[in-house]
Amino acid sequence: MSTFRTEEMTLNMGPQHPSTHGVLRFVVRADGEVMREAVPDVGYLHRSIEKIAEKVGWHGFMPYTDRVDYVCAMFTNQGWAMAAEKLAGIEVPRRAEFCRVIAAEFNRIASHFIAIGTMGMDIGAITPFTHAIREREMVNDLIEELCGARLTYNYMRIGGVGWDLPPGWREKALAYLDHFEPILEEYNSLLSYNKIYIERLANVAVITREEAINYNLVGPNLRATGFKWDIRRDIPYSIYPELDFDIPVGSGEFGTLGDAMDRYMVRICELKESVKILRQALRQIPDGPVLAKVPRNLKPPAGECYVRVESGRGDMGWYVVSDGTPLPYRVHVRTGSFSAMGIVQKLSRGLMIADLVALIASLDVIAPEIDR
Amino acid sequence: MESLAIYQRLKDQFADRILEIVDKKPVPWAVVDPASIVDVCRYLKDDPETAMDCLSNESGVDYKDRIEVVYHLFSYPHRHLAVLKAKLPRDNPSIATVEGLWAGANWLEREIFDLLGVNFEGHSDLRRLLMPEDWPGYPLRKDFVEPAEYHGISTTRESPVIRLEMKKKK
Amino acid sequence: MPILNSLPDYVLTTKTDEVINWMRKSSIWYMLFGLACCAIELMQTGGPRCDIERFGATPRASARQSDLMIVAGTLTLKMALRTRLLYDQMPDPKYVIAMGSCASCGGLFQLAYSVCDGVDKIIPVDVYVPGCPPRPEALTEGLIKLQEKIMTERWLTRAPANGAVETVRA
Repeated sequence: MSTFRTEEMTLNMGPQHPSTHGVLRFVVRADGEVMREAVPDVGYLHRSIEKIAEKVGWHGFMPYTDRVDYVCAMFTNQGWAMAAEKLAGIEVPRRAEFCRVIAAEFNRIASHFIAIGTMGMDIGAITPFTHAIREREMVNDLIEELCGARLTYNYMRIGGVGWDLPPGWREKALAYLDHFEPILEEYNSLLSYNKIYIERLANVAVITREEAINYNLVGPNLRATGFKWDIRRDIPYSIYPELDFDIPVGSGEFGTLGDAMDRYMVRICELKESVKILRQALRQIPDGPVLAKVPRNLKPPAGECYVRVESGRGDMGWYVVSDGTPLPYRVHVRTGSFSAMGIVQKLSRGLMIADLVALIASLDVIAPEIDR
Repeated sequence: MESLAIYQRLKDQFADRILEIVDKKPVPWAVVDPASIVDVCRYLKDDPETAMDCLSNESGVDYKDRIEVVYHLFSYPHRHLAVLKAKLPRDNPSIATVEGLWAGANWLEREIFDLLGVNFEGHSDLRRLLMPEDWPGYPLRKDFVEPAEYHGISTTRESPVIRLEMKKKK
Repeated sequence: MPILNSLPDYVLTTKTDEVINWMRKSSIWYMLFGLACCAIELMQTGGPRCDIERFGATPRASARQSDLMIVAGTLTLKMALRTRLLYDQMPDPKYVIAMGSCASCGGLFQLAYSVCDGVDKIIPVDVYVPGCPPRPEALTEGLIKLQEKIMTERWLTRAPANGAVETVRA
């Protein structure tokens, strides 16, 4: 073998590639199938959302927050609304808080369906993807009845939510949750306990807890390393202190603790926890107004704040600076996918090219969160 | 620990390298001398009372007379947050990197370099992250002027709405 | 027409152009060019409920094996150069659908410094589908409009014989 002269290839993967979860590009230096290093190149979806905030004002920025992470649009809406409310000192009515949590947890279900569906598709299993899309269509129907849009919702407002729950919606939502739990078991038997799937993902790209904290990984990626941390329980906001739910963590039962299979199983378990939260919130929702009285020309006093929301991809930090005018001075969003891309270059050393695809899928990166 | 208690601890340790402590609602912050930012951060990370093992956010803000780099440090064991700021002059802003302490700072600092033009000394790979390699200028600065075209593609769009001239009725 | 009446039931008469176009429109393979939010709606359009595959349109990953490019999402200036390259890689005859407001005219990102306002600055577009994002039904209607456009193409005679203006079927 040592008499063979092997050369290192430099390959380009992306930006148009069926499995890069958006427009991402990797410059891969590979020795055959095994990679020396994969250097990510991002910025192909940089839409300058942070600069636009300085032009459109506090209320006008809400639709742009949807586009920061379009599969988890409710969480970005909530983060922006919470930041503006913290700066301006606005209190949100209780019914609005419940509406926010209900909408957000349904969005978490939809987002995790995309995550697990595309993960199967990247490994090569096309059929579970159609199952996931079918289930997601039903969630889309529910949310469409609530706020009118299927993807970029613009549902929350500064001071509450845009519209109240329509009549009959509670019953439909509860009926969907009853239908959903056996479907999840069916999905598990299709994909999660499939021998080929486990062999592809177990022991791939192991991240230890110290590494994850050092690189500022958040959300399911951090929980898969065995660290029980969730903003909803540890730095609680909204009405999460009143709801009872568990935090699933990785266990390493299929391979090593912190590998790609753990990150996948954490997302599956989070779907079950979301159903628990939704049942409680739909039962306990009080009556009342859904939007506080907020001036149309909102001028929060000068100051800054840092608000964190547990979105589908982890803790999203909103750093907002106000200078007393109707236009925000600076908005910076630090997202879970941004931190996850920071670790890819280091983890890719020694992996095979097919494992790079599994790594990106298991970290659940989405391009607009990285580029904004 | 409360944020103000953390800053008081820093003041006891570093004396006049902590330039001021601003007690503003909702979260107070401490302004640090840019030359000693790495020492302050290392102290906050290693001291068991503060134990800031996570760099939660690093942003740059462009004010009229200065550029500020804001660090949000968080501690998972103690669950407290500290906000540090470093004020840099607008022309040729430069500060040492904290990449040695928290590896997550790598990409955060690259983004600040790309969009605001702050140079991070000691960074392992300081190049543009989000904008194309040959983009002129730093977009998030307040005095940034949008270029009229990029590689032959114009950056404005003429509106197709034809305005009908309403003739004034006599 | 006596000759037609005497033919058996399983014979159709039509024009060559129509037969060729009918075969072509029933098998348009589109390239997966999902850039942003519209990509999710593109995936849902190919999904079980609003199934675009019943029109013969199946997704292909490679540009060299597709006839249709559905530009789904915002086109940034950094991506615009690569879009031109991918369009050139598609074999003739090729079509482009601009899906969504961002691909048609820049959408709500016309205020941005890094966004190319509309994909028709780079490549010629056949059908514009408005929406933010367009519903799967809207994209299906866009595809059907493209199919109608394909039906009007001529293969046997390239130019109208008597110099009359070609009318596109509404």
